[in-house]
Amino acid sequence: MSHGQWAETLVSHGPSAGALSLPEQVAGTPLPPARASGATEAAPGFLAELGSALPRLGEGLLVTVEATVLGAALALVLSYALGLAAGSSRGLVRGGARVVVEFFRGTSLYVQLFWLFFALPMLGFRLEPLACGVLALGLNFGAYGAEVVRGAVAAVPASQSEAAVALGMRPGLRLRRVVLPQAQALMIAPFKNLLVQLLKATPLLSLVTVPDLTFEIDQLRSATGDTAAAYLLLLAVYGAVAAVLSLLMNALERSAKARLGQGGGA
Amino acid sequence: MWDGDAALTALPVVLKGFGVTLAATVLGFVVAAVLGLVLAVVGRAAPRWVAAPVGGAAAFVRSTPLLVQLFAAWVLIPALDPLALGVLVLGVHYATYLSEVYRTGIDAVPKGQWEACTALSLPRHRTWRAVVLPQAVRNVLPPLGNYAVSLFKETPLLSVITVHEMVHEANTFGSTHFAYLESFTLAAAVFLLASWPTSLLVRRLEARLAH
Repeated sequence: MSHGQWAETLVSHGPSAGALSLPEQVAGTPLPPARASGATEAAPGFLAELGSALPRLGEGLLVTVEATVLGAALALVLSYALGLAAGSSRGLVRGGARVVVEFFRGTSLYVQLFWLFFALPMLGFRLEPLACGVLALGLNFGAYGAEVVRGAVAAVPASQSEAAVALGMRPGLRLRRVVLPQAQALMIAPFKNLLVQLLKATPLLSLVTVPDLTFEIDQLRSATGDTAAAYLLLLAVYGAVAAVLSLLMNALERSAKARLGQGGGA
Repeated sequence: MWDGDAALTALPVVLKGFGVTLAATVLGFVVAAVLGLVLAVVGRAAPRWVAAPVGGAAAFVRSTPLLVQLFAAWVLIPALDPLALGVLVLGVHYATYLSEVYRTGIDAVPKGQWEACTALSLPRHRTWRAVVLPQAVRNVLPPLGNYAVSLFKETPLLSVITVHEMVHEANTFGSTHFAYLESFTLAAAVFLLASWPTSLLVRRLEARLAH
């Protein structure tokens, strides 16, 4: 397959999330949008085109949000699993968790995503593009999140655990009722940063043929030739979504602190 | 399945790309380190009508995706060569993070140091240059190192604006030899080999500065 334009490479995969097909072997790195972008004579006005493109932009935004939520959910599960394992007193469990964390932190999200999309099919496994994206986001950010969980658990004063031991609580109960509630309040701020980072990594999925917001707005850009307006709109939407996520996480942090009697926090 | 011959052919190609990756990392980080310091000092020392809009713009850059910024810069600044453009966008993006890091470092310089400078009637610029910044920068060396590693791991994005860095080379090799498995696995290994020791070094530096 020849090197098409970045957008054209993706067009064949259809604009809606439901139309995701198996990844066709797309050759080479996708090319960026055309640089000499002077609007073609017949190009319709940006605002007029924006109006008719709104439903598709909505779908793209939905895909972006979907990838963010699913990726974050996977990352959260992995964060807890790896983070708690990394704080384990058993050497083998701790070592195993450390290897996984260092591996996914050390090998660049982009390489992980491209590996899942291009290299995995050569081993006989073929994932849908969106699944590749969610998996790569989840594994990568899960590894970063594991450090957050490990650090937060370690930051809970040892006397809290000791008091729970003195009360005869078993390890599971101790973790669930004493250590984690206090650790969780510490985790929310770093998790907020990771969540915004994850959101900002989702446009990458458009490179592996996922029709997300970036892809849809790029379509709008090539239809109208108004590059500045299209990309400014895209940046503004991402900025707005990031702001909404931050507000939600701030509310979560306040309520977690209030439950611990540390009201008025942050 | 894994093809040893393909991997051997891919290795020099991937390593050649690694040179470009490394250049982009170093240059991008230099831009980020200098511009980040400027942003931090502007945030603390400039009058409000300058500091507020600059801070707002930095927050906006920080909360929007690098890929989109790259595409926007690519189309809007057509005169620049891809590598220079990539270095610039990476540098500006990371500068917005580093300014926050510098800011915490500046806040951590004891108040007495400022007061001593006032007592000695040191001019403002000498207070910053000779007293505050050297202490602030020393405090934040470990987080700066961590951001350098993060920047390194984001350089593959430059492949989308035709910079022939490592992932671009791996991708091209994979498509022409149908050896994605070998080329991308090698690229991942090189990333791991380069970033992991650096992370360890940063962690050691962090431990030493903590004492």
